[in-house]
Amino acid sequence: MTRRVRIGIFLPALAGLAALLVWAYTGIPAFGDYQGPYGFVVTKLATPLRHMDNAVNSVTYDIRGIDTMGEEFILFGAVIGVVLLLRGEEGRTEDVHDDTGSDLVRVFGTLAIGAVVLVGLWVVAFGFVTPGGGFQGGVAVASGALLLYLAAGYREWAAFGNESILDPIKGIGGGGYAVIGLAALVGGMPFLTNFFHGGVTGSVFSGGSAAFVNWSAGIEVAAALVILFSEFLEEYIVPLAKGS
Amino acid sequence: MSFLPYAVAAWVCLVGLYGIVTSRNLIHLALCLTVMQSSTYLLLLAIGYVKGGGPPIFKGVKLGTTSVDPVVQALTLTDIVVSVTVIALILALALDVHKQAGTVDPDEVREMSG
Repeated sequence: MTRRVRIGIFLPALAGLAALLVWAYTGIPAFGDYQGPYGFVVTKLATPLRHMDNAVNSVTYDIRGIDTMGEEFILFGAVIGVVLLLRGEEGRTEDVHDDTGSDLVRVFGTLAIGAVVLVGLWVVAFGFVTPGGGFQGGVAVASGALLLYLAAGYREWAAFGNESILDPIKGIGGGGYAVIGLAALVGGMPFLTNFFHGGVTGSVFSGGSAAFVNWSAGIEVAAALVILFSEFLEEYIVPLAKGS
Repeated sequence: MSFLPYAVAAWVCLVGLYGIVTSRNLIHLALCLTVMQSSTYLLLLAIGYVKGGGPPIFKGVKLGTTSVDPVVQALTLTDIVVSVTVIALILALALDVHKQAGTVDPDEVREMSG
């Protein structure tokens, strides 16, 4: 099929889809006219019942925690897919000289790593109090780790960003989630039941066992993003090393 | 009564799909998929909006204050994470296609044999 034929077939189909979308969207309640009931139930119960101020994360890690476990495994599967596709071709990467030339960038970049990772951990820790949580904080922690490559260079990065360190961390994050769920089963409760009801609402120690779920999601996401970055970085570095 | 957020969601979805079908570059195609998926974030958040509602976070807020639906926000979070991981996988596949076929134009790699 040539490109012109394909677009000729596609445009009427696109118009049809547009008509269907307009039809569907005019049939749902108007913007702001929310009917409930689940949103109202969760916002009324999250704080008194679960000791969580952040109702979004009470859904993500506790009330519908099993959905998030599926999401964690999607993340896990996708990262394994990327690793299978990209890992393998090894080069003599010790020959790569792309170290940062500027001392100023090295010093302040290295200082920034600590600051960014700390902010990330803070976002994870207060996931049930303020906006944040394991996924958001995990991304921040990962970006702090990536600063190591920007501030120092590939050789310093490779000492940390290699599979023998990252793969176990990722496994702990993904497996930890399931283990917390299974711990509830051992105690005779349904899978992923929040079994430390309580904690202090509005503090780091809130949310019960869902706090551990939150942390395992944070570890998993941070490790997954660093693995993705290191695999794509290798695609750039290995040809560079061959050329030198 | 406003349907504008839904109209924007539909528009973003259609624009993304148009980009996917007419794309001449696999990386551009992956980004168009992200655009198309963004329409679901808009749709979910628009559905959960309660007129006059605040964020569903009750730190320092009186309990029972009207807030928007947290369930769709949690779904949006899931959506974003899945989107990012799928994009990473597609980009890795695009790199592989480039290694095998020497091009990232989806029309030119069609003749490639397994």
